[in-house]
Formats: sequence, C-alpha cells, structure tokens
Amino acid sequence: MSDNDLNTNKGAIRRFLDAPADSVGKTVFVAVTLCLVASMIVSAAAVALRPLQEVNALKDKQINILQVAGIYDPSKDVVESFQAFEARVLELETGAFTDAFDVASFDDRAAAEDPATSVALDEDPAGIVRQGKFVTVYLLRDDAGAIDKVILPIHGYGLWSTLYGFIALEENGNDIFALQFYEHAETPGLGAEVDNPRWKSLWNGKKLADENGDLQISVTKSVPAAGADYHIDALAGATLTTVGVHNLLNFWMGESGYAPFLANLKAGDI
Amino acid sequence: MAHKRREMLIDPLVDNNPITLQVLGICSALAVTSSLQVAFVMAIAVTLVTAFASLFISMIRSQIPGSIRIIVQMVIIASLVILVDQVLKAFAYEISKTLSVFVGLIITNCIVMGRAEAFAMKNGPIDSFIDGVGNGLGYGLILMLVGVIRELFGSGSLFGVTILETVNNGGWYVPNGMLLLPPSAFFIIGLIIWAFRTWKPGQVEEREYKIQTVEAH
Repeated sequence: MSDNDLNTNKGAIRRFLDAPADSVGKTVFVAVTLCLVASMIVSAAAVALRPLQEVNALKDKQINILQVAGIYDPSKDVVESFQAFEARVLELETGAFTDAFDVASFDDRAAAEDPATSVALDEDPAGIVRQGKFVTVYLLRDDAGAIDKVILPIHGYGLWSTLYGFIALEENGNDIFALQFYEHAETPGLGAEVDNPRWKSLWNGKKLADENGDLQISVTKSVPAAGADYHIDALAGATLTTVGVHNLLNFWMGESGYAPFLANLKAGDI
Repeated sequence: MAHKRREMLIDPLVDNNPITLQVLGICSALAVTSSLQVAFVMAIAVTLVTAFASLFISMIRSQIPGSIRIIVQMVIIASLVILVDQVLKAFAYEISKTLSVFVGLIITNCIVMGRAEAFAMKNGPIDSFIDGVGNGLGYGLILMLVGVIRELFGSGSLFGVTILETVNNGGWYVPNGMLLLPPSAFFIIGLIIWAFRTWKPGQVEEREYKIQTVEAH
C-alpha cells in the first residue's frame, strides 16, 4: 500500500526505500505510515457506511417491536406494518403522554444523555447511570380503538453490555405478552440465550404485580413464594445476564419506571 | 506459469486444505456452521480477507521490517476485517447480527495469518492473491460440507428451505439437536479428515512415536 505513492518520486525516497528494512528509521516509518493509511481507510468506511447502517438498525428495531407485539409478518413491508402502532412520547414521572416533542424525531437514547431531559440515578439497579425523563412507547389498538397492547422500551446492564429491549403488556397493564431484546453483546450460547425463542416464550402470560399491587415479577432459578405466575426461569449458565434482566425489569416496572403509567392505564386514563 | 497458478488455486481445496490438512481455523468452523447461509457469508468474508491481506502484505513485503512484521500483518488484516464488518452491517444486517463476534474473530483466524507469514512474505502480489483465494475457498469448502450436514440433520433444512419436515412443524423428522451445538462440528470435521486421508493416503502424517512392544523373554 505505502510504496505506491512513494515510487513516483526518485532520489531521497528511492534511497530510503532501498535502505535495509530493519533499520530503526525504517521500522518507525513503516509503522507510522501503515497505521495512518489503515486508520484512514477504516474511518472512511465507517463514516461512508453509517447512514445505511442506521437505516438497518432502525428497521431492525421496528421489526423487534412488531415481533414483541406478535404481529410480525416477514412477507409484509416493515414500514407499512409498523403503521399499526401509535407511537407516543411518555413522561415517566407523571405517567402521561406529552406532546412537547415530535415523536418521529425523538431520540430516547440522546434524551437519556442530555441533562435537560434526564436524571442521574442514585439508586441504579439496572446499571444505566442516567435515566431519560421521556421515553417513546408504542400502543397497539384493536379495531374498536381501545388499547390492546402497550410496548414499552426497557434497558439495563447484563454481564458485558447494556441490553436494549421491549416488553409488551396486555391492556390491563399487568399481564406480560412478550419480552424481547434487540441489542446486546452478551456471551453467545450463554447470556445471548435471552434471544432463544424457547426462553422468550416463557414470558407469555406472566404477571407483573399481585392482587395487592406489589411488584412480584422475578427472573430467578427457583420459583418464589409469590408463585409461578410471577416467575421466569433463569438462563442456565448465564447468572449475571439473568440477574441483569431481573434487575432491569424490576427497575422499569417500578416507581421510577413505568409504575405511574401502568396505574393510569389500569385506571383507564390513557 | 499459468499452470502453476491454477494449481495454487486448486491445491488448497483438497490436497493442502487449511482445515483438514493444516488443521487451522477450527474455532470459527465450529461456531458458524450450524446454518448454511451464515457459513456461506463467513466463507466469502474469510476468502476476501485472506486474498487481499496476502495481496497487500506481498506488495510491501520488501519494506516490512522483520522485527515488527507480525504486527504489520495484523494491522493490515484487522483493517480488512473491520471493512468487511462495516460492509456487512450496511448491506446484510441480519447476517451480521448472527455472525456477531465471529466476523471480528477473522482477525485471529490462523489461516489468514498463516498464509500471510508462510506465503505472502516470500512471493509476488498476484501469486499471493491467488494463494489467498485458494485457501479461503478450501476453508469455505469444508465450512459448506459441515454446514450441509449440520443444517440438514440438525434443523431439517438447507439454506433455510425445509427439506425434512420436522416433528415440531407437524412432519416426521426428529431433528438431531446435538448437530446444532458446536461440538458436533468436531465430529464432522474429524470424519471429513478421515475420509480425505483414506482417499489420499499421502496426507497421513508419519507417527512421531513408536509403541513399544514387550518381547517375550
């Protein structure tokens, strides 16, 4: 790579090229040149391809939302199927929708970094450091216009990485329809089994809180006292990922998460 | 010359296969062969990286100081792998998610390093390129063979198209779950090596030791 551009100029450069490759000057020169050329090629590719990658990532996210709502049909166009959802920006603290942002351009992750729209967490079981005050949620309505499912974004730290996912709840705001992660970097074969269809199917029909309204959901090895309705079996060999999922779920379904929204949903105020 | 180059391309397929004879690149061969589509993309990626890494390394081989040659090779290989990863993320997002870390691990694939160090450092750019393509294809050939067996008997399909209707989908075929797990590739690669060496006894290495026999007194 590096000798192409140098061969055009004879004289000093020619002499340099003919010098023994093992001299100190040559060694340093080759190392520096190579690193410069390689880094330029790599960064050029990364910058040039980013728009395409972002489109793919968005489409992938939409597919995941469709899947978690159980209405994904691979034969249909993703953007068109996605029209079935009503996307709204939710203010977590009040549990009510807000029109202060344009939902199409609202970026949850950017908002969670911005001090104006986020809070630093003192108690941080999900390991997310900062929590956005606003999140984008997706509502699926039935033919009569009543809410059928709500799809809520959740994220939290597992073993190696932050897991980003969605949980789909039934209209009563307590029954889980499905849970699915769309982005993580957990160990393939162990923690990455959060993507295993058999494990994901365990979530269907579980309940978040008991009759008293206490949050009981757990992802653990043994069935807790509350009963199997509130328990998802842990992943074998992936203790820390499982603990991460348990913590992030309890965090997001708790008071600092979606609890105000779910209360509103149950009361029929949404 | 043309004849020699053809041999360089064909030789690594069976006679000097990187997996079955040199026993390199086993790690990724275990990891990505549970479905043919993924194995196919991986084979193409490794072929491209091996070919171009050999080409570029050969082009600057007379300028590479011996003391840092491995690092120089790694930098070139790593840059190419990042390129492949970026392109996959842009044009084949689903597959890049399935391949996940294994694209990055092409950097440490012994075949790429092996060809760079053993061939490209001593031969011309075009020869090195062809050698890289040949070895990549040799790797790909075994990957596809293993992939066919694992996907067909493990999930009853080829390239995602159902061939044997599995019981789960109301058919008759009970899939062999073990074939979906990485260890099964060990058995299959072992059997392929056995088959190759029965077919071409010249590939069998000489024993490094001799079993002692106790003679009767």
